[in-house]
Amino acid sequence: MSFPKTAASPAAPAQQSKSNLQKTLKLMKRNYILYLFLLPAAVYLVLYHYAPMYGIQLAFKDYIPAKGIWGSPWVGMKWFNTFFSSPRFWVLLKNTVVISLYSLAASFPTPVILALIINNVGNNKLRRFSQTVTYIPHFISVVVLVGMISVFFSPRSGFVNTIIQFFGAEPIYFMGEPQYFRHMYVWSGVWQSTGWGSIIYLAALAGVGPELHEAAIIDGASRLKRIWHIDLPAIMPTMVILLIMNCGQVMNVGFEKIYLMQNSLNQVYSEVISTYTYKIGLLQAEYSYSTAIGLFNNVINFIILIAVNKIAGKLSGSSLW
Amino acid sequence: MAAQEKKRIRDTTSDRIFNIVIHTILIIFLILVIYPVYFVLIASVSDPTYVNSGDFLLYPKGFTLLGYQRVFQDDRIWVGYGNTLIYTVLGTILGILANILAGYALSRHDLPGRNIVMALFVFTMYFGGGMIPFYIIINNMNMVNTRALMVILGSVSVYNIIIVRSFFVSTIPLELQEAAFIDGCTNQRFFISIVLPLSKAIVAVIALYTAVGYWNSYFNALIFLTDTSKFPLQLYLREILLTAKTADASNITDPAAARKLETMVEVVKYGVIVVSTLPILCVYPFIQKYFVKGVMIGAIKG
Repeated sequence: MSFPKTAASPAAPAQQSKSNLQKTLKLMKRNYILYLFLLPAAVYLVLYHYAPMYGIQLAFKDYIPAKGIWGSPWVGMKWFNTFFSSPRFWVLLKNTVVISLYSLAASFPTPVILALIINNVGNNKLRRFSQTVTYIPHFISVVVLVGMISVFFSPRSGFVNTIIQFFGAEPIYFMGEPQYFRHMYVWSGVWQSTGWGSIIYLAALAGVGPELHEAAIIDGASRLKRIWHIDLPAIMPTMVILLIMNCGQVMNVGFEKIYLMQNSLNQVYSEVISTYTYKIGLLQAEYSYSTAIGLFNNVINFIILIAVNKIAGKLSGSSLW
Repeated sequence: MAAQEKKRIRDTTSDRIFNIVIHTILIIFLILVIYPVYFVLIASVSDPTYVNSGDFLLYPKGFTLLGYQRVFQDDRIWVGYGNTLIYTVLGTILGILANILAGYALSRHDLPGRNIVMALFVFTMYFGGGMIPFYIIINNMNMVNTRALMVILGSVSVYNIIIVRSFFVSTIPLELQEAAFIDGCTNQRFFISIVLPLSKAIVAVIALYTAVGYWNSYFNALIFLTDTSKFPLQLYLREILLTAKTADASNITDPAAARKLETMVEVVKYGVIVVSTLPILCVYPFIQKYFVKGVMIGAIKG
C-alpha cells in the first residue's frame, strides 16, 4: 500500500508482528483526523442504537422508574413466561408471520418482473416514462398512502366501490372487514415499492453484454428463452442478497403502516407484535413486559437473518458477509 | 434504425406474442400507478357533494377550489409545514455532515480498525433494543418532546454511510491519495481540496434520501411529541386523513354550518394529500437521476 516493501524481507515472525504493530500505530497517528470524522456518526449510533440495547435488561427485570434501569429488581424469565402463556401470543405470532410472508411473497418477485418487462421494451421513450412513473409512489409518505387507501376504498365515496357498483355488485367496506386487511396491506405495499425496487435489477440488467443476446438470437433463442437463460442469471446474485435482507426483516412488519391501517374492526388480523408492543408499552406503561416482547421479536429476527444468510451462502455463494 | 427494422423482420410469432403480452402488462401497471394519483388531483378540485358520493371517475365534476380554501385556512397545515421544514432542513444538514465524513473515513484502506467500526455500525441495522428501551433512554436524556430530538433522529443512517463508502472507494483512486501525501498534503487538506470537490453527486444523493426521510417520517414524532405546536406535517395529516378530526367542528353551534363543514371533510382530505405531497412530486422528475444513482452506488457492494 505505501512505500518500500524491501524492509519486509524474511524476518523472524516476532519481529515482523512488531513492525506490523508499529506500522499500525504510525498509520493511526497519521490518520487520527479520520477518527474524528467517524465521531458524529459513532456518537449518534451509541446514543440512539447502542444505549437502547443496554435497556434490554429490562426484559428480565421489573422496571421501577424511580430506581432506574440498573436498580430495578431482577425477575428472570417472568415476562417471557407471561407472554408465551398468554392467549394473545399465538394470534400475534400468526398475524405477524402471515402478513410478512405474504408481503414477501408478493413484493419480492414483482420488481424483478417489472425490471424484466421494462428491459424488454424496445421503445426508449416508453421505457424512460415507465421508470419515472413507477418510481413516484415511493415518495408518498406512509400517512398519505394509508389516507389514500382509506378514501379510495371508502364504501360511500371511494372510486373502488364506484367501480364495483358499476358492475352491479354491493359496495364493500374494505377497511372494516378483517379478512381484507392482509390484502390491503400487502398490495398497497406492492403498489408503492415495485417501481423503486426494480431500479436495482435494471442496473444489473444494463450490465449484460449485448453480445450474449446477439449470439442467442443467432442460435434461434426466443425472447422468453433469452430472459430465462441470460437475464435471470445476470440478476440472480442481486436477488439473493435482497432476499436475505428481506428475510432478516420477516418479524419486523412495518409498525408504521399497520398501526395507521388498524381500527377496532380489523384488529383480529391486524394486531402484530410491534403494534402490541407499542400499545402495552407506551400506552399502558407496561415497560418491562413490552421490552420482553420486543426482545423476543428481535432475537427471532436476528436468528432468521443469520440462518438465511448461511443457507444462501452455501447454495449460491452470495451472502451478506 | 435500420438494425431495428431488420430485427423486427426476424421476430418470430412467439416473440410477437411476447411483445404484446409485456406491453399489455406494462400499460396496465402504469395505469394502476397513475390513476390513484390522478384521482386525488381531480377529486381535490371537484364539488364536495360529488366527492362524497364518489360520483365521477375520469374528470372533475363541478370544478371548485373550496377544498383548497379550507385546507389553507387550517392552521394545522401551516404549523405542520413550518415544523417539518425546520426538522428537514436542519436534519439534512446534520445527516450530510455525519454520513459523508463517516463514509469517507471508512472508505480509507489505511485506517486501522475500520473493519471493526464498520461491523459495529452495520450491526445496528439488524439488531436493536426495541421500542421501549429506546423510549426510556431518550426519556432519561430529557429529550422527550423537544425539537432537538426531531432534528437529530434520522440524520445518521448506516445504509447511507455504506453508499458513501462505496462511492469513495470507486471514485478516489489510491494513487491520487498517495501522490498527495508524498507531496506533504495532510488528511484535512486532502479531504477539503480534493475529495469534497469530487463528491457533489454523493452529497446530492445523501441530501435527497435524508430529506425525503425527514419529510415523510411520523413515527418518532408520534412516540416522542405531546406538544401539538411541535408536530410535523405528517402527524397533522394523520389527524386530518385518518382520525377525521376537523379543525373546528366541535365549536360550531349552527347546524347548517356544521352540516356544510361535514360535507367538506372528504374534499379536504384530497386537498391535504395534494398540498403535502406536491412539493416532492414537483421536484422529483428533475432530481430523479440522483435518487437512481444512490440505488446504483448502494448496489455495488451491500
